[in-house]
Amino acid sequence: MSKNYYDPADLRKFGKITEWSEELGNKFFDYYGKVFEEGALTAREKSLIALAVAHTEQCPYCIDAYTKDGLQRGVTKEEMMEAIHVGAAIKSGATLVHGVQMMNKVNKLDG
Amino acid sequence: MATKSLKKRESELANSNRQLEILSNGIFQNGELPTFASKIAETDQFPLKAKKLEILQINVGYMCNQVCEHCHVDAGPDRKEIMTRETMQQCLEVIKKTGAHTLDLTGGAPEMNPDFRWFVEEAAKAGIKDFIVRSNLTIIRANKKYYDLPEFFKKHNVHVVSSMPHWTRGKTDKQRGDGVFDKSIKALQELNAIGYGMPDSDLRLDLVYNPSGAFLPGDQVSMEKDFKKALMEDFGIQFHNLFAITNLPISRFLDYLIASENYEDYMYQLVDAYNPAAVANVMCTNTLSVSWDGYLYDCDFNQMLELPVNSKAKHISEYNEELLEGRKIVISQHCYGCTAGAGSSCQGTVA
Repeated sequence: MSKNYYDPADLRKFGKITEWSEELGNKFFDYYGKVFEEGALTAREKSLIALAVAHTEQCPYCIDAYTKDGLQRGVTKEEMMEAIHVGAAIKSGATLVHGVQMMNKVNKLDG
Repeated sequence: MATKSLKKRESELANSNRQLEILSNGIFQNGELPTFASKIAETDQFPLKAKKLEILQINVGYMCNQVCEHCHVDAGPDRKEIMTRETMQQCLEVIKKTGAHTLDLTGGAPEMNPDFRWFVEEAAKAGIKDFIVRSNLTIIRANKKYYDLPEFFKKHNVHVVSSMPHWTRGKTDKQRGDGVFDKSIKALQELNAIGYGMPDSDLRLDLVYNPSGAFLPGDQVSMEKDFKKALMEDFGIQFHNLFAITNLPISRFLDYLIASENYEDYMYQLVDAYNPAAVANVMCTNTLSVSWDGYLYDCDFNQMLELPVNSKAKHISEYNEELLEGRKIVISQHCYGCTAGAGSSCQGTVA
């Protein structure tokens, strides 16, 4: 067994999760595939959303996968970086907006 | 970015035997990945056999004004292999009698062959349905003597197929050299101005996209939409179709894969994306590739790997379509490049 928690080679084995729970695994991959099809959003737009979420979730497998997916779709590095900033802005905004809760509490306890 | 071919640099990868060794050793020798032969055997598609000839592709020389990073020909200004008029004459005899519907001239930059125009004029007389010249676009702006090429192409109703790796300057120049994007845009605008690539025009202008790095091309239809939108919005350029082509792991692209430590991952990508449906339509089954010195190959890639056709007819002077039909295609692991995803050929996807 690998001494690292993450091994890039494990991404190729993702499909194997179905072997230990076939029905749930298949349902997940069917759903996953359907989500990324062209719809009201283009597959390219979905790929960029996935890249941003991959970063906020800090999933190294997803980052590798959706960086490559973006390159395959002709997405530029500037577009990829902007997408990550969207994720980062929401992450930091989500932290900072809780500052209002802190302010409310201070005002109540010590106003 | 390199300015010389692998051959000029005396790189070991200029040697086709060395390339074939790399493609047969390592992950394919130790069984980590299946060989192409064993993979196609899984679906009873081994041996791969040539069907009726549809496309005659002639490489008129390896000289080129560019030194693109991923060139499978290892073309460049320093390559001296150029088809002679004598060999062209032999090709013309074949062009006059072939049952193929498409004649496809390639290089290097085919326009740099000193007998290129004579050859096109003579070949056009044969009246083949689709007469393609693969032009790198920048050649049209490289020297005054080439400025009239768009008019020349139009006069002979040549179907122009040109490489364009991306609709942005940065990605294009990274792969094909500084200044290539701007010159290509200018050349495309000149082709548009005389009718090439316009929506209802018979003057066909198609673009070839191949990835700028160690990844596979995306969906051809989506890429075409993105290219059309960007080139129209940014430069007012129109074209007919986009052919998405996978980079095959040979020559300079193989050199790049090894140097960037992407070789094994790339081969995994190709094998993982293997599509048996693409095997039925791979271009070697309906194409014949003729080298600058007149020898026959199953495809341009086999030409560069010096893997000649498996047939008694080995040279254009011995050409015999009946004899060549049904021949066993010569394969190695590079063939995975033509069967990944939607497949890949000089005419784009095949599945």
